[in-house]
Amino acid sequence: MTTEHLRDQTCIVGVGTTAYGNFPETDANGLGADALSMALADAGLTLGDVDGIIVNRIPSYERFSEMIGLNNPTFGAQLQASGRMSGASVMMAAMALASGQAKCIALVYGNNGRSVREYYGGGDSLWAPWGFTSPGARHAMMTRRHMHLYGTRSDQLAHVAKTFRDHAALNPAAVMRKPFTIDDHQNSRFITEPLRLLDYCLINDGGVAFIMTTADRARDMKKKPVYISGMAREDTYENSSTYTSPDDFWFGALDRMAGRIYREAGIGREAVDGLMIYDNFTPTVVFSLEGMGFCKRGEGGPFVEEWHLALGSGLPTNTNGGHLSESYMQGWALIAEAVRQLRGECGERQIKDAEVIQYICATPISNSILFRN
Amino acid sequence: MDYKKPLPGIDIWSRPFWAGTRAGELRMQCCGDCRTIFFPPGPVCPSCQSRNLTWETLSGRGEVLSWVIFHQLYFKGFADEQPYNVALVKLDEGPLMYTNVVGTDNDKLAIGMRLEAVFEPATDEITMPRFRAVQP
Repeated sequence: MTTEHLRDQTCIVGVGTTAYGNFPETDANGLGADALSMALADAGLTLGDVDGIIVNRIPSYERFSEMIGLNNPTFGAQLQASGRMSGASVMMAAMALASGQAKCIALVYGNNGRSVREYYGGGDSLWAPWGFTSPGARHAMMTRRHMHLYGTRSDQLAHVAKTFRDHAALNPAAVMRKPFTIDDHQNSRFITEPLRLLDYCLINDGGVAFIMTTADRARDMKKKPVYISGMAREDTYENSSTYTSPDDFWFGALDRMAGRIYREAGIGREAVDGLMIYDNFTPTVVFSLEGMGFCKRGEGGPFVEEWHLALGSGLPTNTNGGHLSESYMQGWALIAEAVRQLRGECGERQIKDAEVIQYICATPISNSILFRN
Repeated sequence: MDYKKPLPGIDIWSRPFWAGTRAGELRMQCCGDCRTIFFPPGPVCPSCQSRNLTWETLSGRGEVLSWVIFHQLYFKGFADEQPYNVALVKLDEGPLMYTNVVGTDNDKLAIGMRLEAVFEPATDEITMPRFRAVQP
């Protein structure tokens, strides 16, 4: 795979994010529609300018388009309701725009997981007879192995959680804003040991939308475009019944992605001003840093313990609080934060002079996007 | 009928596995061409795409690669054993599976621990394979 020919060809020109919380009076369609209206207003566009649509976690692209009154688009897609699809949606839109299938694509995400009590565990599955269930347990199993191989510790993971909570304290939109200590993390109850409550993300209702277009069209828009300079994706299906190969931690996929994304974007790793890392659980952040080469393999624990991810440090990460403290919007709100950082709209949590932000998602569909302003 | 834990969903590919556990054996598919033994079962060898597959009886032995303790209760049937363990086991013949380790306290579990399969009847049709420490 190479996407070098797509470098800076497409951009995000509008973002919209609803409030995050418990909203039983609406649903994924309503939240998505609200986010889309906000994104269009942010871009200075109307629905009539949109000729492509990608929906994610919204039940039906067809009904959603009918509901909002989107007629006769020339491109459309609906991606499965898992977090790996946020980056995949942006990449798909970039490819569709660059190949001329649409001029202006609306990407819409709606999630009402909290108000419908979506439970990430239980139910029928291959391993339910042994009581094995939930994304958290899969990550707990990986974490124990990482601890065994590299000496990673729970109190190091606590540094990830605390850093993102400290960031959330600066973000009025974050659901959890009260800072906690490393001890608070260590005293929080186990969910699936070795992972604790404060290692887990926050299920909430909310909607996020982006408007994407080509670089040519973006020049005259209301706000400064945020360019998609590089993208990479690597899928890992070997041993997917036990999530991933035991000693892999997505390293293979991320290492291959790191081998091309910086070169294809024409942006070196050292030029990255901040990271948005898919933090479904704290260990995923450690795996992402190692795989993408921000620290050596196995050294993610000591690396996060040195507070490198904090605002004001060398590699500020998840400045909105991430999934752990802002809200679990499955990567969508992290990408929204990347855009806002590159526009300089982040107030107290602004990364000074941010020019390049990298999104990283370590999952069975690992993906990464380099954004620049 | 007082077995309360979740029961497996049996399909055309997994039926011989569950017939094996009922007979007190751990049976998995083996590729007749490249000799890969794999699990979960399926129609094709994932290593060489051969359809020349047979079912072999395994040693039932393996070792712990990792383990977790469930403190959160996701299945009512496990309430009596909470907190309970699940281990990721690499069988001596190669395949990976999740299982419970019985007969060892959770705080005595260790990576590298040698295990052997034990077979616990659940219903008239289903016998569950779990694992215990290899007996000296």
